[in-house]
Amino acid sequence: MTDVTNLEERFQARIDAEQKIEPKDWMPEKYRKTLVRQISQHAHSEVVGMLPEGNWITRAPSLRRKAILLAKVQDEAGHGLYLYSACETLGVTREKTIDDLLSGKAKYSSIFNYPTLTWADIGAVGWLVDGAAIMNQVMLCRTSYGPYARAMVRICKEESFHQRQGYEIMSVLAKGTPEQKEMAQDALNRWWWPSLMMFGPSDANSPNSADSMKWKIKRQSNDELRQIFIDRTVQQAEVIGLTIPDPELKWNEATKHYDWGAIDWTEFNNVVAGNGPCNKERLAARNKAHDEGAWVREAALAYAAKKAKKQAA
Amino acid sequence: MSRPGTGFDPRSDPIMSTALFTYALRLGDDLLILSHRLGEWCGHGPVLEEDIALANRALDHIGEARNLYDYAVKVEGKGRTEDDLAYLRAERQFVNTKLVEQPNGDYAHTIVRSFLFDAYHLPLAEALTRSSDAQIAAIAAKAVKEAQYHLKHSSDWLIRFGDGTEESHRRAQEALDALWTYTGELFVQDDVHEAMVKAGIAPDLSTIKQAFDATVDRVLAEATLKRPADGYMMSGGRQGKHSEHLGFLLAEMQYLQRAYPGAEW
Ligand SMILES: [Fe+2]
Ligand SMILES: [Fe+2]
Repeated sequence: MTDVTNLEERFQARIDAEQKIEPKDWMPEKYRKTLVRQISQHAHSEVVGMLPEGNWITRAPSLRRKAILLAKVQDEAGHGLYLYSACETLGVTREKTIDDLLSGKAKYSSIFNYPTLTWADIGAVGWLVDGAAIMNQVMLCRTSYGPYARAMVRICKEESFHQRQGYEIMSVLAKGTPEQKEMAQDALNRWWWPSLMMFGPSDANSPNSADSMKWKIKRQSNDELRQIFIDRTVQQAEVIGLTIPDPELKWNEATKHYDWGAIDWTEFNNVVAGNGPCNKERLAARNKAHDEGAWVREAALAYAAKKAKKQAA
Repeated sequence: MSRPGTGFDPRSDPIMSTALFTYALRLGDDLLILSHRLGEWCGHGPVLEEDIALANRALDHIGEARNLYDYAVKVEGKGRTEDDLAYLRAERQFVNTKLVEQPNGDYAHTIVRSFLFDAYHLPLAEALTRSSDAQIAAIAAKAVKEAQYHLKHSSDWLIRFGDGTEESHRRAQEALDALWTYTGELFVQDDVHEAMVKAGIAPDLSTIKQAFDATVDRVLAEATLKRPADGYMMSGGRQGKHSEHLGFLLAEMQYLQRAYPGAEW
């Protein structure tokens, strides 16, 4: 027992000294498990997130928008790859991680269980969903686990383009015809609250947060990040003349932040529990792609094996 | 093909200018429609690496299509834009080959469709770098590197399928047999194309066909797949007489532009 305590103390001392933890270093089992859960959820979110946006690639309204959206969704696939690799450094294979997604055991960001109903939703997703994700990801560039931090640095470089293109779509719509402006406002109305929920439960109700903060996996609390996001986004909405759908939203001169209304956590819990508008469709789409791709992956393996055998002979 | 900079500007002759417009449109439509089909895979690929590869190809194709449309509208000189060409033409005005509008099918169909196109597109792009039309030559020069990568990607997969498992071999052969009938149209040299050849803008398609045949034979041999016999060859796409698939593709692609006429996006 003393040995483990000793190891844990030394581990914590390294964290406190801002040293990165690398795959071969000793780490508490709970640190490893927390990371596996978080990184795999993050990877799944990138991959499942391709679906609501992919939904509009074939209907993008101009060649330029089509190309930008293709590039964006392609980036998300790349992010999934980096993160599955980061997960593998913790001893979990990509196959196992993906199996957990497909069986419904693993979670992914609930935001992707909402539908993209109009073109404006592609704007709202980039602006708000990527915008909220960036808050988290910028923080994670300094996370204590080396491979995760390095994956985040690569990802963050691409995320700001995602947020900008979404905001640009919204600003063009907001300046467009009355129908387009209505489309933009409607998308903001539908995506605003779910985007705030992306930061997770408030600090008081966030069971895993204390350990994550101690281990410097996280460095800012859910509520802190949510506040930064709100402050920034409210101003961006004003610039393009859209209204945040929160009657209680108000600048607080004392705190120098916006106060906002209560988040409906019942909705959040419902979506997490599998009852969001698209939970079933998202999982079904991933399973379909996986099942229909089985013969392709088998063929690649069989061919590689044949080739290796030939080379050995 | 004649050298660039011989002083002859096909745009100064109305008949030639129409032919050049049509030719740029043909090149562009093939790429746009194929790009659209590949984009349909996004998020549904057999493995994440292929989601990336297909999106990458779709991006390259749409990029080249945009360059060609941009040139086509300049040649035409009526003030249209690339988006007018993509979103406001009807089925009968699209002049892509039937090959590229064929549905994705299984991954073997998608790969074979791309392989057959790539085996044609690469030598064509190489030849077009020597076009007497400086703009066509410049667009092709940019596309050659991409086309090399595309052909390698589709060939690698076709070889894996052919020489992989029994199932992948069967699927690849079925796709090849089904799509072969659409290859003939790639090499039909009609009046428009003849005019391009005479002006040194486009290569004689028989030279492209030779390169295509050599690639197909080499890759199919390594893939242990059988080259289908040259039976009846489908055509009509270049004259805007398409399969029924294209109408649905365009209905989806053009939906927003048609539903909100004149809006900017
Ligand atoms: Fe991402
Ligand atoms: Fe993103």
